[in-house]
Amino acid sequence: MEITLSPLSPSVSKTFYASIHEMLDGERIRKCLQCGTCSGVCPFGYYMKYPPGKIIGTLRSEVFDLVMKTDSMWMCVSCSACSAFCPTQIPITAALMTRVKEEMILAGNVPAELQTALRNSQQYGNPMGESPRKRADWTTGIQPEINILGKTRQPVDVLWFVGDYASYHPRVQSATRALAKILNTLGVNFGILGPEENSDGDSQRLAGERGIFEMLAKKNGQTFRKYKFNKIVTTDPHAFNALKNEYPALGISYPVQHFTEFLAERLAQIKPLLKNEISAKIAYHDPCYLGRVNGVYDEPRELLRSIPGVELTEMSHQRANSLCCGGGGGGMWLDGFQWEKAHVRLSEWRVKEAISANANILAVACPYEPPRFEDATKTISSASHLKVREISELLVESMGL
Amino acid sequence: MKIAVPIKFVPDLVEELTIDPNGTALDTSWLRLIINEFDDHAVEQAILLKERGGGEVTVVAAEAEGVDDFLYTAAAKGADHLIKLTGDFGSGMNSHAAARALADLLKDSKPDLILTGVQAHNDLDGAVGPLLAELLDMPYVGYVAGVSSTNDKAIARKEYPGGIIAEMEIKLPAVLGIQAAEQPPRYVAYNRIRQVMGTSKIEERTITALDLSGGVTASRMFQPESSQRATILEGSPEEVADQMVGILKELGML
Amino acid sequence: MSQDIFVVIEHLRGQVADISYVMLAAARALAQGTGGKVVAILLGHNAQELAGNFSANRVLYADHPALAEFTSEAYQVTLASLIREQSPRAVLFGHTTIGADIAGGLSVKLSLPLVSSCRTLNSNGKFVCQICGGKIMAEGDLPSPTALVTMAPGGYKLEEGQSDQAPAIETTAIPSLDDLRVTLKHYIEPEAGDVDIAKEPLLISVGRGIQTKDNIEIARELATALGGQVSASRPIVDQGWLPASCLVGKSGKHVRPKVYLALGISGAPEHVEGMNESDTIIAINTDPNAPIFNVAKYGTTADIFDLVPALTEKVKQAAGVS
Repeated sequence: MEITLSPLSPSVSKTFYASIHEMLDGERIRKCLQCGTCSGVCPFGYYMKYPPGKIIGTLRSEVFDLVMKTDSMWMCVSCSACSAFCPTQIPITAALMTRVKEEMILAGNVPAELQTALRNSQQYGNPMGESPRKRADWTTGIQPEINILGKTRQPVDVLWFVGDYASYHPRVQSATRALAKILNTLGVNFGILGPEENSDGDSQRLAGERGIFEMLAKKNGQTFRKYKFNKIVTTDPHAFNALKNEYPALGISYPVQHFTEFLAERLAQIKPLLKNEISAKIAYHDPCYLGRVNGVYDEPRELLRSIPGVELTEMSHQRANSLCCGGGGGGMWLDGFQWEKAHVRLSEWRVKEAISANANILAVACPYEPPRFEDATKTISSASHLKVREISELLVESMGL
Repeated sequence: MKIAVPIKFVPDLVEELTIDPNGTALDTSWLRLIINEFDDHAVEQAILLKERGGGEVTVVAAEAEGVDDFLYTAAAKGADHLIKLTGDFGSGMNSHAAARALADLLKDSKPDLILTGVQAHNDLDGAVGPLLAELLDMPYVGYVAGVSSTNDKAIARKEYPGGIIAEMEIKLPAVLGIQAAEQPPRYVAYNRIRQVMGTSKIEERTITALDLSGGVTASRMFQPESSQRATILEGSPEEVADQMVGILKELGML
Repeated sequence: MSQDIFVVIEHLRGQVADISYVMLAAARALAQGTGGKVVAILLGHNAQELAGNFSANRVLYADHPALAEFTSEAYQVTLASLIREQSPRAVLFGHTTIGADIAGGLSVKLSLPLVSSCRTLNSNGKFVCQICGGKIMAEGDLPSPTALVTMAPGGYKLEEGQSDQAPAIETTAIPSLDDLRVTLKHYIEPEAGDVDIAKEPLLISVGRGIQTKDNIEIARELATALGGQVSASRPIVDQGWLPASCLVGKSGKHVRPKVYLALGISGAPEHVEGMNESDTIIAINTDPNAPIFNVAKYGTTADIFDLVPALTEKVKQAAGVS
């Protein structure tokens, strides 16, 4: 589709090429071999009019405006596969793709679905446009009661950064409640921010809305400063990534762990509690921002392996080569757009891989995934036996909580 | 062409609304305010007109939480002047008072065209647009989705039920109540809004006294009674679907 | 100063709008308290016959070529002189694309108080308005001396405003209607070839809750299984996800199907007035406080993305069995 740019938007100039070289590692872009690995490994590379390698080509030949006139850039799910496999080690996702999306957003070339999510993020602090007052509604009925720091003002050991989908999405809430039960059972002294928590902003950043990311980060930073805690544990790999790799540059620096790392450290305490056998063949899906980007591959597998009866199997894409569920980099808010373009869902592809691996449970560790994969199992007829479970849900089942 | 767009903030219906202890007004302590959707469309329509035919767009709003951000967003879209009406609105604001304050402001700047949202969900004494038009002795046409203009007249596409559109010709200056802009309000990158915050100015105008006459006061506010409410089907999606099939069968649709 | 209640009749292209009968019914309720008469005000050109079934004590008829079709200014000028002359207790307008265009201007021109978005009027002189997207009701005493009121539908049945006995028609004088600043150029018909949703016995209507254009497909599948059509609320049409001919509501079509299934529609009054005459309304919305549940007969807070595909399957099975 050809896009008409708003007459008020500034033309995209050579300054863009210059500006990306000024970034950390940006200079590497000049060394691109044009080998095409990035476009090959990209899950939508076959579809994009300008996959990463070609974008670099347009920059060299000073015809980058062509990229700006298409909307195929919005197929990028920021899964970082291109960056992981680039022989020249160009940080393609961070230095190129995210920057191009920023330019697209500045030019007003933004699909409607994504606009809604971004507006909601600005207005409500979450992409769904839910009431911030209801952010802790999922805690209702959990005993002992969850400590909401704004109410109790007690210092805690762990600040649990729950995140958007884990707080609001009805399917994901069940996983969130499971993790709450585990933390309670382990006697962890933890609290949550509830209505004071804002979206971590990482997916908005990767979708090109750096401004909103910074605004959200600043709000979270101000809230963190109000309370006493030793470390942050996140449900969401994207929040983990933001807190670990992006917030420090904004002066917001705390020790942070993904919940799978936090639980894996307590495996000795957890193991005796895993009483119930779950006799299943489990394939674990590595979330892009836990595995490929942050190198956490083993902890989730250790947790799963400790459940009696579980047999782990691997899918053809795994660990650093994992296949994105399609929700990253704004993909969560471009579902209709991407379907309309490509008539393919990465989540369906992934579910087929789980079936090929003979799995009967697809285990996940990212709040984007339970609804995405569960929807996919409904549309693939051979997937009717495949269950999608968050790691916490499996642990709780085995603990009999 | 000088275009003015008076906008207003309304209670956000995403939050549950509650009534204050006196039972006569919304409880403002929990109220979140948001741009009136139709006003957002009015701004977009004004920018579209400016892009097509040139001109100057002035956006005017009464002070409220979030208004500054909205005004800067309008500037980032292309609005030229931003005006914020300040004052003591403690005794309440209604459409009549707002229209008088706006008429006072706009009678000197003499816009050719005033675009405003056709209504707001909390108007109890009518929308601002028609009141303002009469105060400025301008004609008014509402429920407009699509405007074109030449120097001394505007052609407005007024929407009627059933998808019928009336093309109305209106002598300028005039006030139009916008139902929908020709395209959904555009997205502006947050960083661009931040840039504009550094370069644009919000001009503040103080309103000394509000004249609320012509409006009405509610002696009681309440939420619709539950007896009027639907029979709620409970259960898992499967169970609810079963109940619905039963209902559809009973109604002869299956 | 009289105790009469004026009703400004709305009509478009030879058809009396439903709201006119709602207003006549409301006026009757109010007049019982004031002891005045219900007076239908009909503005038009060669349009007397429209008044045949009005439930009114009398009809004041203003005939002029400039009043043949609605334009705001001609209506305002004519009504201003009538109201000034007769000082009724109240004047009812539709809270519609016609009434809401003119009531405000008259409030300023005549310095008369205005109550908008009113749902019911009581014989004790109280108004009840519906605001905040239908989530809040506001009640108060009808202001004096002459209250201008815009009426939203929903409070009265159309039949209550209709009568077999034709009321007496009185022709009234018209002020000068020269130099009007608003003129109707022409009407543009809705695109031909579209399905007329107003004629469908079953509508599956989608609102904001459907989230994406792509998701409309699940509504289509259900519509196909049930033999109905897909319609929509305003945001869906504004996004360009469905054509304007699918729009139900104030500015869209007014529909009265046997079954109206609302998917992810909150139920703002602008939408409700286009569908609340449906025989049975079934609403699916995750927000238990959504006002759509105030007009629906059946409702559920189940997630449309879980429920609708399941429902489609079951409908297909049921259809296959029978």
